[in-house]
Amino acid sequence: MSAPLDIHAYLEELEDIPGTRVFTAARARRGYHINQFAMSLMKPENRARFHADERAYMDEWPLTEIAKDAVSARDYNHMIDLGGNIYFLSKIFSSDGIPFAEAVSSMTDMAFPEYREMMMHGGRSPEGQRSIKANLAAAAAKQGH
Amino acid sequence: MARITAGVGSSHVPLLGVAVDQGKTRDDYFGPIFAGYDWTREWVANEKPDVVILIFNDHASAFDMKIVPTFAIGCAEHYKPADEGWGPRKVPDVEGDADLAWHIAQSLILDDFDMTIINEMDVDHGLTVPLSMMFGTPDKWPAKIVPIAVNVVTYPVPSGNRCWLLGEAIRRAVESYPEDLNVQIWGTGGMSHQLQGPRAGLLNREWDNTFLDLMVGESDAARWIPHIEYLRETGSEGIEMVMWLIMRGALGAKTRMLHRHYHIPCSNTAIGHIVLEPAE
Repeated sequence: MSAPLDIHAYLEELEDIPGTRVFTAARARRGYHINQFAMSLMKPENRARFHADERAYMDEWPLTEIAKDAVSARDYNHMIDLGGNIYFLSKIFSSDGIPFAEAVSSMTDMAFPEYREMMMHGGRSPEGQRSIKANLAAAAAKQGH
Repeated sequence: MARITAGVGSSHVPLLGVAVDQGKTRDDYFGPIFAGYDWTREWVANEKPDVVILIFNDHASAFDMKIVPTFAIGCAEHYKPADEGWGPRKVPDVEGDADLAWHIAQSLILDDFDMTIINEMDVDHGLTVPLSMMFGTPDKWPAKIVPIAVNVVTYPVPSGNRCWLLGEAIRRAVESYPEDLNVQIWGTGGMSHQLQGPRAGLLNREWDNTFLDLMVGESDAARWIPHIEYLRETGSEGIEMVMWLIMRGALGAKTRMLHRHYHIPCSNTAIGHIVLEPAE
């Protein structure tokens, strides 16, 4: 059987990954309405109403103005910071006719062609991408020398 | 009695469904991926499973955030392909085996797994893409499906060990079903991929292949891999691989490998699949 787990240590570790927001309960709570709004775009009639007047459609949802701005700007990193989850947010870019990989690339520091090229060559390496703490420790050790 | 005769672990990337639906499966990009499944398609056509227990995760299609079941079993007679934002895939409806599904659901609950029962559900690419990869493009899917949906999106998701134990309980449930059925179990999802944030695009060929190694033989090391290792090594969505452990757990103490394939990339994702049979 598995050893009992310290939930605080478990949750803390989830925040230690560079460039990543794990969809924890805290994010799920915060992003509930963004995700439910995005989910509503599964229905063709809602997609049509959203694209006819995005703001009016979003005003029907209990979204903050910040969240509405993030959606209008299609700023997926910002939406995820506000508790959005990519599988829900995918309904937004799908309704825009944007391929998954292109939408994903918009969250990186690369343009889509460059991102696609990286994927064709084996993707992003996990080297130096595993732990914020380990990266900070390595940087401090380097400075110390 | 019913028997689990084989297990398959396989990615379920949505773009593969698009490739099938648009007839692009042999182009330069998709050719190497679909060629890897040629052996498997022929194998499954010969094996003729009556039922496939298909472990998958819903990607915000049937389930929204209102209710998040950790383990849910489909007990319906049939399931329609979901509209994931661009219209439903034009693939056949999925036929369930409601008798077997209800038997498994009851058995699992009596075996201490508190399953959520699904009576109505549209099924998304997590379920229909593996069907396309394994069965091609028939007018009717050649096997009945018992869908088991796992929450691998909202944390905490179930542990690898819990998934493995669920697999063992599924096997006991199948073996207590009186009808003589050839049952396969497919665990889907993965392999390494991250679909969010500045670290998006992470792939890990070495880790994925070690994971494939761990599916074969007597090792149960994979059940003890903690969530944080999947997250660090395989990207935020690589956690889907815990669903393979339900399949692996259902095959018993030892497995034999029949086929294995790995390819990078498909869209944002590393594609892998493995075909196993119990070896006891």
